[in-house]
Amino acid sequence: MSFMEWSVQISVIVIGLSILIIFLRLVLGPSIEDRIVALDLLSANAIAFIAVYSIQKNTTTFLDVGIILALLAFLGTVAFAFYLGRRGKR
Amino acid sequence: MIEMLCGALLLLGSVFILLSAVGILRMPDLYTRMSATTKASTLGIGLVLLGTILYWRDFGIASRAVAIIVFLFLTAPVAAHVIGRAAYLGKVPLWEKTKIDELGGPEEDRRET
Repeated sequence: MSFMEWSVQISVIVIGLSILIIFLRLVLGPSIEDRIVALDLLSANAIAFIAVYSIQKNTTTFLDVGIILALLAFLGTVAFAFYLGRRGKR
Repeated sequence: MIEMLCGALLLLGSVFILLSAVGILRMPDLYTRMSATTKASTLGIGLVLLGTILYWRDFGIASRAVAIIVFLFLTAPVAAHVIGRAAYLGKVPLWEKTKIDELGGPEEDRRET
């Protein structure tokens, strides 16, 4: 097993572990803003997971998904913040 | 040699991503959590995508990965600012050991947190 394969395996394990930890904060989070931050970080971690997975499976198709996911995560966060601001006004 | 560099970039990036996950779990209030996650996860994803570029060494892959990196570096501060502003205006409590509340005005009429 070369160093490259070993580091890809370790990276997959570490990123999966951090997705589990962020999911814990998503369940625990006392305020709704904590949950929004956790969702944003989950999609960011999904991008990194996609990049490592494309190396592990030796296909390059999934990197396009990463671009779309980055776009959707930003738009979703801004939309959530907009509706939170409207909720405070009423 | 370039394989070693690529593997080291992947490992370093995933360690930074794990640090941001530990930060979002262990930090005491929303604002410090956002401070930990925004910076550490942006750096971690950038390092992982740099490792991907070095592994493939192909122009199409490199342009997609650079597009993701540039987009993340542009949008992560904006998203954090918007969420932080909505949280402050929605009166999410600060940590009780917070020293400076720059939006709270002078000492005597600072709002109760």
